[in-house]
Amino acid sequence: MTALVLLEFDAAGIKQPSRSAVAAAAKLGEVHALVAGEGVAAAAAAAAKLPGVTKVLVADAPALAHALAEPMASLLVALAPAYSHLFAAATAVGKNVLPRVAALLDVQPVSDIAGVVDADQFVRPIYAGNALATVKSADAKKVITVRAASFDPVAAEGGSAAIENVAVAVADAGSRFVGAELSKSERPELTAARVVISGGRGMQAGENFRLLEPIADKLGAAVGASRAAVDAGFVPNDYQVGQTGKIVAPELYVAVGISGAIQHLAGMKDSKVIVAINKDEEAPIFQVADYGLVADLFTALPELAAELGKG
Amino acid sequence: MKILVPVKRVVDYNVKVRVKVDGTGVETAGVKMSMNPFDEIAVEEAVRLKEKGVATEIVAVSMGITACQETIRTALAMGADRGILVETDVELQPLAVAKLLKALVDKEAPGLVIMGKQAIDDDMNATGQMLAALLGWPQGTFASKLTIDGTTASVTREVDGGLETVALALPAVVTADLRLNEPRYASLPNIMKARKKSIETIKPADLGVDPAPRLTLVSVAEPAKRKAGVRVASVAELVAKLRTEAKVI
Ligand SMILES: Cc1cc2nc3c(=O)[nH]c(=O)nc-3n(C[C@H](O)[C@H](O)[C@H](O)COP(=O)(O)OP(=O)(O)OC[C@H]3O[C@@H](n4cnc5c(N)ncnc54)[C@H](O)[C@@H]3O)c2cc1C
Ligand SMILES: Cc1cc2nc3c(=O)[nH]c(=O)nc-3n(C[C@H](O)[C@H](O)[C@H](O)COP(=O)(O)OP(=O)(O)OC[C@H]3O[C@@H](n4cnc5c(N)ncnc54)[C@H](O)[C@@H]3O)c2cc1C
Repeated sequence: MTALVLLEFDAAGIKQPSRSAVAAAAKLGEVHALVAGEGVAAAAAAAAKLPGVTKVLVADAPALAHALAEPMASLLVALAPAYSHLFAAATAVGKNVLPRVAALLDVQPVSDIAGVVDADQFVRPIYAGNALATVKSADAKKVITVRAASFDPVAAEGGSAAIENVAVAVADAGSRFVGAELSKSERPELTAARVVISGGRGMQAGENFRLLEPIADKLGAAVGASRAAVDAGFVPNDYQVGQTGKIVAPELYVAVGISGAIQHLAGMKDSKVIVAINKDEEAPIFQVADYGLVADLFTALPELAAELGKG
Repeated sequence: MKILVPVKRVVDYNVKVRVKVDGTGVETAGVKMSMNPFDEIAVEEAVRLKEKGVATEIVAVSMGITACQETIRTALAMGADRGILVETDVELQPLAVAKLLKALVDKEAPGLVIMGKQAIDDDMNATGQMLAALLGWPQGTFASKLTIDGTTASVTREVDGGLETVALALPAVVTADLRLNEPRYASLPNIMKARKKSIETIKPADLGVDPAPRLTLVSVAEPAKRKAGVRVASVAELVAKLRTEAKVI
């Protein structure tokens, strides 16, 4: 029984959610990894160092440059016969590609798993995380996306896997990459940060998110937001934490001016320590907060920045 | 161009679901049901394309028990032209839904399928991608902007790092993210008009599809509850507690 894990990478190496997917796959047996893209030699070398990975398959072709679902899915389908399980992190790429692979293999995928029971059984949150379902797959091959926040990632270094090139024959499937507008940030990625500080509708305007910055700087935190803050245009879409945004589980999550709707809680309630700052003492966020501060954020945030500066 | 819009009946997003005491599922008896919010966005987008003269007909499809008709009626009140109910008591999983939709697409020959990126009950986020695969069509998932230009759909997608734009040769499948549009409320006259629109009812067998589930539910459990926390009186107390008690900073 061998699993193949589709990895995502950037200039800094293999992304943390993919390293969590490797950790999930490793619970079942041998793990091979797939690095697909254009000009991916450095990523392949990084993948070979992941502990627990015994072989790295490398698919290097212009058609794979932007991880479009159509060519990525044909590649995975071509590689699938040798594997019992196909894994990817439940990121924008994983969620886009793996269900397509599953349908082509006539398999019902298992999305966003938070636990591995055995080779056939997996735990997955449903209803915005208000229930945890254990499901058993009857398909011969499993196609699985992994909730990264639920598995400690494998280290970036320590292994030494063999690297093998695979041939890529990808037919045109009618899709073309046009462009991307990616948010630039010096901060850690939301799904990988040790600390996350998020602002909600209570922030009132995009420029007020600047109040979070000195705090994020001092804590090495990523900045997130509620849907209301994104919908209002305060911050870009990739800041959204929640059921339908990013799922995070940092050591410390600070919610500022966020009421605590179930859809928001679904994205952060597995954080180790939760702090809420809200002027409404009845706000539901306080029901999940370890430390609640009833205060106006416009006075509390500058105070917090100053207090952290003292330490 | 005809547009097909699949709409799912789900527990309303305002309901806090409870796990059944015997661990066999969640309590749905007597719970308010609504159209999956992402599907409302999909219907709205289709209606706007019709208003712009890009689309000529909108067909809303729902699959499941008889009561899914209500969901179709909501879509009709928003501006869809007719409905199809694929009626079954079998629990439908995305693979089955995708196969049923494929059979309907083969019959109806739409130029575009717009659907929700995920259903808020099972949160699978899979059906659109699977339908595109079965049809051999390109897919534009998590769409926050859609423009149709002749035979091409340009889709701006919400991805982890920001936004990405892809061009898809039609026919294609597009799945709606939250910021694609703000769905309208159906007006009373439109709700009345929708009652006269037709809903065709068919069975999975009519489409030659075996909808049997591949995943079985072993158990459903309540997630661990968080311990009630404490209120702090000041920022200074908060920072002190984070340093010495929680030791996270
Ligand atoms: C299909 C669907 C999917 C969704 N997905 C998500 C998701 O992924 N993520 C998500 O976050 N939401 C999601 N939502 C939206 C969710 O239901 C809530 O509407 C949203 O989380 C509310 O955001 P908020 O807490 O910032 O705003 P509000 O609920 O308006 O809360 C603002 C809070 O700020 C406080 N406040 C105001 N001024 C101040 C001040 N000066 N100082 C201190 N506190 C102040 C208020 O007391 C209030 O509690 C989804 C909804 C639907 C229907
Ligand atoms: C473990 C498990 C237990 C389940 N238990 C039950 C149960 O007790 N009772 C029950 O009724 N169902 C049950 N289901 C089925 C479930 O409710 C969904 O119908 C199925 O899993 C589809 O997943 P999803 O809706 O999350 O798909 P997603 O891929 O998230 O849905 C995306 C989009 O697909 C379209 N779509 C999906 N389903 C339909 C549909 N039926 N009609 C029209 N469009 C649709 C919509 O446009 C939707 O926005 C269960 C499923 C699983 C996996």
